[in-house]
Amino acid sequence: MTTRFRRALDNVTRVRGVRGAMLVAGDDGLIVAESLMEGVRGNAVAALAASLHKRFRQSMDAGAAGAPHFLHLQGDGGTLIVVPAPDGILVVAVGDPNMNVGLVRLEMLRAAEGLT
Amino acid sequence: MASDIKAMTAELARDPSSLVFLELGEALRRVGQLDAASRVLVSGLEQHPDLIGGRDLYARVLVDKGEYARAAQVWGTVLERDARHVGAHKGLGFVSFRGGDLDGALEHLELALAADPTDQSVISALRTVRDAAQELQAEVAPTDAGEDPLFAGLEGAEQGLLLVDDRGRVLGGRLLDRGGREVSEAVAAYLAGAAQEADRTARMLGLGEWRWIVAEGPEANVYVTPPTPETLLLILRDQSVPSGRLAMLAERAGAVARAWLEGQRL
Repeated sequence: MTTRFRRALDNVTRVRGVRGAMLVAGDDGLIVAESLMEGVRGNAVAALAASLHKRFRQSMDAGAAGAPHFLHLQGDGGTLIVVPAPDGILVVAVGDPNMNVGLVRLEMLRAAEGLT
Repeated sequence: MASDIKAMTAELARDPSSLVFLELGEALRRVGQLDAASRVLVSGLEQHPDLIGGRDLYARVLVDKGEYARAAQVWGTVLERDARHVGAHKGLGFVSFRGGDLDGALEHLELALAADPTDQSVISALRTVRDAAQELQAEVAPTDAGEDPLFAGLEGAEQGLLLVDDRGRVLGGRLLDRGGREVSEAVAAYLAGAAQEADRTARMLGLGEWRWIVAEGPEANVYVTPPTPETLLLILRDQSVPSGRLAMLAERAGAVARAWLEGQRL
């Protein structure tokens, strides 16, 4: 993993409650870089996050809302956040249900900007 | 055929780890003994969990039994091991199409075709799904705007609240784009697939039951939540409405929707 990618992900995973962060190729859901706690299934997170983002992009396009630049799925037992970066890359974070979403969002947007 | 089944059953009884369970499962499926086929395949896959051909066959048996959600789960595990597995993409294409998720069906069938461009059954299925998608698109037409009675009195009821069933059909409410064009049907059709994906994502990643999704776009923010297990509520607002406020609106609209749905059942 390059230093640039590592730095981008480390700032996200440093936030309390984050179980892992990844860079994912948006078109095929493959992992570009990852920083995950033990037990987090990277391949599954990558594939599902990419697919979910794609589905919501289509829904929002149908409603003329434009492609989502921030996507937050909240479950009883956890949280998934997806932020698109340039060149079709997605910044993905998975964490506890009560993690500080505001801070994670900030770091993910910075990470996405840092990939330009 | 019956004697073959008998011979294969005997062989499997002698050696429970034998790979003959695959052939036996397929033979039982062909003669319509679906429960027996299912038992044989489950037992065989316990011995050979990495045999993705066995999982694919098991999923097909589940489809024959009408257990579509379970079949989709099994094909999902096949794709985790082989992302280009043609059978799994074909199967998921069929299950998606059957559930009204045309977009999901197209996606899987296109991936199946990419993996095997010569498969005529995939080409034929793709044609069917594309025709259905075109028909759906043709049904979406501009209409006059007005407040929908379901959400009457709620903020944005005339243009930014939509209640949809889990097969992508509008139950109530209305969505208009910035140009005033009604987009309810189109959004509902895509939303059903997106919600199924949210459910699958939450389940497979151990996130529990999904409660809501917020998506922020350049033109508007969207909040989606299931007020009941069979329905979806969507709120669309411009960017000036923060996500916390969307959550409050969703809570009120969700209560209205539940009351309305309860009334429909009486």
